[in-house]
Amino acid sequence: MLRRFRLEEPESVREVSELLGRFGESAKVYAGGTELLLAMKEGLVQYERLINIKRVSGLDEVKLENGAIKIGALCTHHQLELSPVLRQNLPALVKLEENVANVRVRQVGTLGGNLCFAEPHADPGTFLMAVGATLIAEKSASKREIAAERFFVDAYETCLEADEVLTGIKVPVPAPRSGVAYLKFGYLERPSVGVAVALTLNGGGKSVGDIKIAVGCAGPAPKRVEEAEALLKGKSTDEATQNLPKAGSVAGAAAQAISDLHGSQEYKEHIVGVLLKRAFQSALSQC
Amino acid sequence: MSKAMSRHQDAQTIPVSFTLNGRLQEIDVEPHELLLDVVRERLGLTGVKRSCDVEVCGACTLLVDGRPVSACTTLAFEVRGRSVLTIEGLATNGKLHPLQDAFIEYGGFQCGFCTPGMILAAKALLDENPNPTEEELKHFMHGNICRCTGYKKIIESIMAAAKKMRGAS
Repeated sequence: MLRRFRLEEPESVREVSELLGRFGESAKVYAGGTELLLAMKEGLVQYERLINIKRVSGLDEVKLENGAIKIGALCTHHQLELSPVLRQNLPALVKLEENVANVRVRQVGTLGGNLCFAEPHADPGTFLMAVGATLIAEKSASKREIAAERFFVDAYETCLEADEVLTGIKVPVPAPRSGVAYLKFGYLERPSVGVAVALTLNGGGKSVGDIKIAVGCAGPAPKRVEEAEALLKGKSTDEATQNLPKAGSVAGAAAQAISDLHGSQEYKEHIVGVLLKRAFQSALSQC
Repeated sequence: MSKAMSRHQDAQTIPVSFTLNGRLQEIDVEPHELLLDVVRERLGLTGVKRSCDVEVCGACTLLVDGRPVSACTTLAFEVRGRSVLTIEGLATNGKLHPLQDAFIEYGGFQCGFCTPGMILAAKALLDENPNPTEEELKHFMHGNICRCTGYKKIIESIMAAAKKMRGAS
């Protein structure tokens, strides 16, 4: 059962930011509500006001802009499944979105809401770190870009300031001879381990150029794992493949996995290694 | 009227005008009222069920503008200006929808609690993909849970309805 709250329905980012500034922690931005309303129904969080951000126009589009894919924060998972821009330029994100929760959650849940709620068992944050995305945060009179790898602070906690609003996500269009893969493991609705790999080949396709690896879901927040990247970067594809078990165990340890209903810490660390190997091979095969 | 539905003096109300099963419906709601409660308790349409209450099981599935949503976690004001279909609105002029016919013919239910959600989700699927593979059907429907585990018959029912609907169009 939901407790009473008041609803605000601003029509601009400036108004949203001003309301957040005025009401502080007693107010929360509301978009799809697929996670926020669950927490409120359980009584885990309570707000006197919800600020419905869906009346702000222009935040629900996917477009190409200066060599980057710009995704409005209000795009629903379902919109992203269908987006021609993503299908053309970033099919790995389409595949991820097709497998978020279930059809009803994808219908109303938004990418921006997913990121801001920072539920650890979520897919997009991990993916966005690997593809070098930046998140656009706006206030009444300012705007900044935050690297995806710096956005998450802890479980359910981001680096957004109290009156900042996430308005969009920018992903560089993948270079030629590059590949992106996100793999997850879990049962029921939520993933318990997620691994993303984005890589580019150099030297006529014989060596690994740039590579980014991120792990999520197993611990409190998604993380980029540069120590694992270093074991593969600049190596021939054969050498990199040989180093995958080592990279997997480094990534597993970095995941800060916790033992819970979904499995023990050791089990999740092992799964990170398995998924990293498969995601690397999948990304490689796309190059 | 339950306690939760009683009005505070200073309660904020939102006028909601929407189409419910093809008819215009106008109702004032408070921001925190859930679509599931409004449809079941205030409008008396009890085909939609509360079960898991966390968007996992699909028993509370309703179609909003033809797409499935979890009514248990949808704020009622969100249907302003939209079209809502419940299981009660599926039959036309006393004639069952082909999905309803097929669920009866192929035994697509046991206790029946998940059935309204199953049939509405299946309608959304067949409206966008009239000829799904079994894999596509399972992917779309995996968020609708049958606690009696009658999935084989449910899949058979939907596939049979799809075939019948393709033949009719």
